[in-house]
Amino acid sequence: MKTDVLVIGGGPAGMNAAIEAARAGASVILVERQAHLGGQLVKQTHKFFGWAEKGAGTRGIQLAEEWARAVEEHKNITVLLSSEAIGLYDDGAWMIEQEGKLIPVYPKKIIIAVGAQEKTLPIENADIPGVYGAGAIQTMMHVYGVLPGEKYLIVGAGNIGVILAYQLAQAGAEVKAVVDVLPKLGGAYWVHVTKIRRMGIPLYMKHTVIEIKGDQWVESATIAEIDEKFQPIPGTEKELDVDTIAISIGLSPLTDLMYQAGVELIWIPELGGLVPVHSENMRTTKPNIYVAGDASGIEEATTAALEGKIAGAVAAKDLGLTVNDSDIEEWKNELGQLRDAPLLEKLRHGLHKLHEAAKERGLQ
Amino acid sequence: MLPIDGIPTTEDILAKAPPAERMKKGAVAMIECWQEIPCNPCVVSCPTGAITMESLTAIPQIDFDKCIGCALCVAACPGLAILLVDSSKEDGDRVSIPYEFPLPEVGETVDCLNHEGKVICEGVIEKVVHLPAVNKKDKTPIVTIKVPKGYALQVRFFKRR
Repeated sequence: MKTDVLVIGGGPAGMNAAIEAARAGASVILVERQAHLGGQLVKQTHKFFGWAEKGAGTRGIQLAEEWARAVEEHKNITVLLSSEAIGLYDDGAWMIEQEGKLIPVYPKKIIIAVGAQEKTLPIENADIPGVYGAGAIQTMMHVYGVLPGEKYLIVGAGNIGVILAYQLAQAGAEVKAVVDVLPKLGGAYWVHVTKIRRMGIPLYMKHTVIEIKGDQWVESATIAEIDEKFQPIPGTEKELDVDTIAISIGLSPLTDLMYQAGVELIWIPELGGLVPVHSENMRTTKPNIYVAGDASGIEEATTAALEGKIAGAVAAKDLGLTVNDSDIEEWKNELGQLRDAPLLEKLRHGLHKLHEAAKERGLQ
Repeated sequence: MLPIDGIPTTEDILAKAPPAERMKKGAVAMIECWQEIPCNPCVVSCPTGAITMESLTAIPQIDFDKCIGCALCVAACPGLAILLVDSSKEDGDRVSIPYEFPLPEVGETVDCLNHEGKVICEGVIEKVVHLPAVNKKDKTPIVTIKVPKGYALQVRFFKRR
């Protein structure tokens, strides 16, 4: 198949990239691994922050539906669901696997919006049934209607961890504890934390899980307070009667495809680890490859959507199509405002490093 | 403390509380928004212009005299950080909170929880309404609980028995 633009990933970044490229008149193929569009928005049952005039107050699950409808309305977007981009071939084909069938796609421009993966916890027994990534539990609940356990320990009190605690309580499960190694709240919005505190869900800061008991499945978890060197303090252990442990200690961008395609990656811990060097126009070090969303650095869905719009419009512009430059400037301006919150200082530090790297390489 | 464990101190709470005189006149919004978050649905939802913000990331300010206690901001706030407090009645204070759980019955007796999640008193469910959020397809249930006099600034959630 030939196309102007291949968008890999049907989350907030990918859907918006496809919409903007199509709006400029490009032919677009949008590839999504799941059987539905939306990416991780399906996990986000809370109302989004942001501008009320631009959809704030709307739940993530509703935004997924709205954007998926907008994708459908563009006749020049071909959506390939249950499809995975598995690699770039020497003849320039991006190979898509759809339910066992291989589809080579020859695009002029590629927008990589594949998202991120959850970090895992290196502890004994972390591989037995009952230990999940927080996102996996959200998928089981929101997509498949399955609650994997009854009594939970959540490791990591960032936004995902505390939102999961709230969702589990809504689903009728018992959250025995949320633990975090930091001495005080890091990335979580305080309002998301106050929501679970007033329900009586215990939060243990400066704590970690030190032992997971169980043979066939999780039978208990022991948490302990830690010292400044992140070592457990003897005598502070507490054994919790839980059957499920959710790990939410962070995300890292999925960079495999970019690595294979020769996009230069750079280590920026504030953005989640290895991230593609890219400009504010979302151009990477490979001329025809663009990035957007968490694959370009860990943030959240609203910024992912804006990055997607920018990537889609810039890719279309690079194809010689007409786009409205003032739109692109407006999206950049909105990104700047969203990233201006005092809470996001670490993120801004990471973005600064990224933009310096992009500048050094002359990326526009 | 909020930055450490997500629990506001008494000073934090009092700094957000409407004046006692205003609470005696009837329901009024109390905005427990602690952090400069890029977010403004409360401002947009307010029909009287009582809520204002200097910039998208500023903390919303409320003019308690302009507030009519309509609860539209309670339904609009993505952080579930706004509630109504009311100490106008003799038989008890009223607290109205956004509630995204299986709904209680009117008249049901419940255990009331404070910011720490501790049971501090008994309450009775007085009203359950569904108000439009910013996204009109989404209706947020708002539950009004009757609590003992003097508890309006403390009760923030309830537990069904």
